[in-house]
Amino acid sequence: MPAEHLAAPQLDLDRARAREILAQALAASRADATEVTLHAAISALTRFANNAIHQNVAEEQTVLSVRAIWQGRTARATTNRLDAEGISAAADRALELARLQAPDPDLLPLPEPQSYPSVARSIAATAALSPADRADFVRQMVAVADAAGMTTAGVMANSQTAFAMANSRGLEAFHQETSAEYSVTMLAANSSGWAKGNSPDIAALDPAAGARAACEKAQASANPVEWAPGKYTVILEPAAVLDLLGFLFWDFGGLSVLDQRSCLTGRLGQQLFGRNIQVTDDVSHPLQSGAPFDGEGMPRLRVPLVEDGVVKNLVYARPTAARMQREQPAAGARPTGHGFPLPNEYGEAPLNIVVAGGDVSTQEMIASTPKGILVTRLWYIREVDPYRKILTGMTRDGTFRIENGRIAGGIRNFRFNQSVIELLQNVELLGPSVRASGEESFDMVVPALKVRDFHFTEVTKF
Amino acid sequence: MPGKDRWGRDWAGWALDTAVQRGASYADVRIISERHRAVSTKNGKAGTVADNETLGLGIRVIVDGAWGFAATDRLARTSIDRAAVHAVAIARASAQVRRQPLRLAPVDAYQAVWHSPCEQDPFAIPVDRNLELLLAVDRELRSVSGVTLAEAEMDFRRIRQLFVSSIGSEIDQTRVLSGAGYAATSFSESEIQRRSYPNSFGGQFQLRGYELIDSLRLLDNARRVGEEAVALHQAPQCPQLTGTVILDSSQLGLQIHESIGHPIELDRVLGAEANFAGMSFLTLDQLGSLRYGSNLVNVVADATLDHGPGLGTFAFDDEGVPAQRTDIIREGRFVGYISSRETAHAIGQTRSNGCMRAESWNRIPLIRMTNISILPGEAPLGLEDLIADTADGVYMETNRSWSIDDKRYHFQFGCEAGWEIRGGKRVRLLKNPSYSGITTEFWNSMDAICSRDHWTLWGTPNCGKGQPQQTMGTGHGAAPARFRNVKIGGAYAAGS
Repeated sequence: MPAEHLAAPQLDLDRARAREILAQALAASRADATEVTLHAAISALTRFANNAIHQNVAEEQTVLSVRAIWQGRTARATTNRLDAEGISAAADRALELARLQAPDPDLLPLPEPQSYPSVARSIAATAALSPADRADFVRQMVAVADAAGMTTAGVMANSQTAFAMANSRGLEAFHQETSAEYSVTMLAANSSGWAKGNSPDIAALDPAAGARAACEKAQASANPVEWAPGKYTVILEPAAVLDLLGFLFWDFGGLSVLDQRSCLTGRLGQQLFGRNIQVTDDVSHPLQSGAPFDGEGMPRLRVPLVEDGVVKNLVYARPTAARMQREQPAAGARPTGHGFPLPNEYGEAPLNIVVAGGDVSTQEMIASTPKGILVTRLWYIREVDPYRKILTGMTRDGTFRIENGRIAGGIRNFRFNQSVIELLQNVELLGPSVRASGEESFDMVVPALKVRDFHFTEVTKF
Repeated sequence: MPGKDRWGRDWAGWALDTAVQRGASYADVRIISERHRAVSTKNGKAGTVADNETLGLGIRVIVDGAWGFAATDRLARTSIDRAAVHAVAIARASAQVRRQPLRLAPVDAYQAVWHSPCEQDPFAIPVDRNLELLLAVDRELRSVSGVTLAEAEMDFRRIRQLFVSSIGSEIDQTRVLSGAGYAATSFSESEIQRRSYPNSFGGQFQLRGYELIDSLRLLDNARRVGEEAVALHQAPQCPQLTGTVILDSSQLGLQIHESIGHPIELDRVLGAEANFAGMSFLTLDQLGSLRYGSNLVNVVADATLDHGPGLGTFAFDDEGVPAQRTDIIREGRFVGYISSRETAHAIGQTRSNGCMRAESWNRIPLIRMTNISILPGEAPLGLEDLIADTADGVYMETNRSWSIDDKRYHFQFGCEAGWEIRGGKRVRLLKNPSYSGITTEFWNSMDAICSRDHWTLWGTPNCGKGQPQQTMGTGHGAAPARFRNVKIGGAYAAGS
């Protein structure tokens, strides 16, 4: 049977069907109060390496989660058995786990019904991508590699998800979206290049163009030379910016500051970054993705996090906001709709980061740099120091030396040990903000940055 | 023999029949039922208290010499048939962009039922008993002035997997895994310090029941851990120098994971992970010739129970290949990769050495570490003996950060605590210790390793690989060891 004759499977969890299952779960619960969520997904990913498809997968799954509240206690049970027996068993397990705890005097009642901003992120053309369609995109990327005599590896993926929740106080929320993604690496004899794109809409992606860009990077970074470690002016492309900043924004959760595990502890309201840094969490931004409500069903509000380099606000789950109101009433904390599903010990985080950009193109940044390094992508980033926010990691897949305002060729990959706080104090130029996709962080809307005194500490062998 | 328990056999049979009828030349089905409990506390209160279960089926097929895979949690016959048809269609799409047809090393057909050893079923222990112990630890940690955050956790899994293949295998395995640990964090002025026990990032994990928790002596160590977290604020910064490092066994376990375990994955060597996890400096021409480490470095990949109850211990891998022990480094020489049925031929082997593992029913198996362990020294040697034998150096304990390049050459690790060694004695605590190096240079600098009674089979529960990414538990046996001429302190080289 030719592959193109098999259409992509379609998600069958619409708002009405979700409401039906959630109502069944609420009815099955014997707890004082109950919150239920339903998450359904169909996803597929075609993976290629050595210029051929070598892995090719698809899955469908629907998960029901029940949170029981009983006499000041709460616990959660999750299942993908959606028959009556499975639903009842999950409700019973959640209640049983709750009963075996000590009461928590700070446990809040469930939220009442809320209203949400409208976001449209479900695109039929993305959902309709079939195995044959994905193979066609892969063929286009492989053709670029073949023409250049390179080896290529990457992915072409699409998914459909639906997320619904309800609670026994009448709250209801529903969100559905699609996602398309490609990632491509081009390998030459002693160099490589990379590109990646992600969007709810397949029409916004051009995998073949990404392959050509990766190919050009591999060609331009051939025969890399070694530069000594030290402090350099760097131009970080958006994916590199994204993966670094991803480690910072967890610290903008109110609970992380209350717990004194955040680098913002004692630093709120300070001029922590350069005056050219503006950051907002905005689920409604046209380049963002995700549901407009949080793990308790609270609407995600737009929150200005950093204005002119000053940390202005944190984000708060309901329990964190309530605790802040008790412990620091002057702070005026209110729920912002960024909480994780309860119970959890991490609280909340902003997951729809938008860093305001500028109007300087990467080419203009290069032209303005007498000596520096252009970084395509970073890899294996880990936190070395949680308060100074020193991160370590490697450059990868397209690292270039800049000499006299132009790309002079490839350079061997560096290890960096760099404080992100200091990085955001040293930003000289900003490019236009784009939706960026990396491997170490969730997708964000970020610009390319030109940064002085970026600290490379060692160099590797390629 | 499978006995009378028919669990999952009908579902697997429907999927296999449909796939073969649609043209699959090979198919295997994995049905997994998993139960997971996570319990945690934070600063005197329950944190996460959650119980998850998942049940589903994944079918992997070869059609026209290419792979396809589809997974579903809908286990009605029509849904299973649809998943099998989908897998076949996916494989036909794969075949449109392939270079050569797949070639699988042969494997015998097995019928087996296997249960991992488990003395106390962790799911039979009520959650209030879990919380009671965690909250006792929490109280002890916070009894130390200066501890600002106390976090403790337990994690239990029971995974039953039925593997059925078109060549006639029918393998029913049940694995029980347990883990526990805690951390004390201390914030003071402009610094956050942390100590963890028995390891960072969740603690210790093994293929055992609740008896693991009882063996960890969690409460006995809590006060010391809290005191060390606070003491780090007053400790001097670990200096930048080139010198001798002694690593505790848990850090050495992670060093093995990153700088031996990943580079020996044959799929990575052959380029299958080039876009994401990366490749490996261990090109095929180095097998049998590369001097990976000093003569004291002997490393095995061992999934058998004889090696211990590790997170990489099983009876059969997820291609139905029996668990094996493979020499990886013998007296310093690189002698083996970890492989699969698809890759074995690349190194001239006629059989896979059984390292294909999948996260769950909805993921394909990939080459994954089993238990990748360094063998202990033969002569009796304890940690204190090793320190006494060291004129100058830094002893480092418990991982805090880890990073390595995408070919697994250059690494940097940070640890929670260090101790300066002078004249064979620990003279003072050092904060923010780190070390870095090139993989082969580092392992060639190892000149001592402690003996069997100081060897621990550590569990790493969070190893990521693949697209879509999969998280896997791996085991790493290690004993404290000493390394010379190591670059120390580079993580803080940027200054204040």
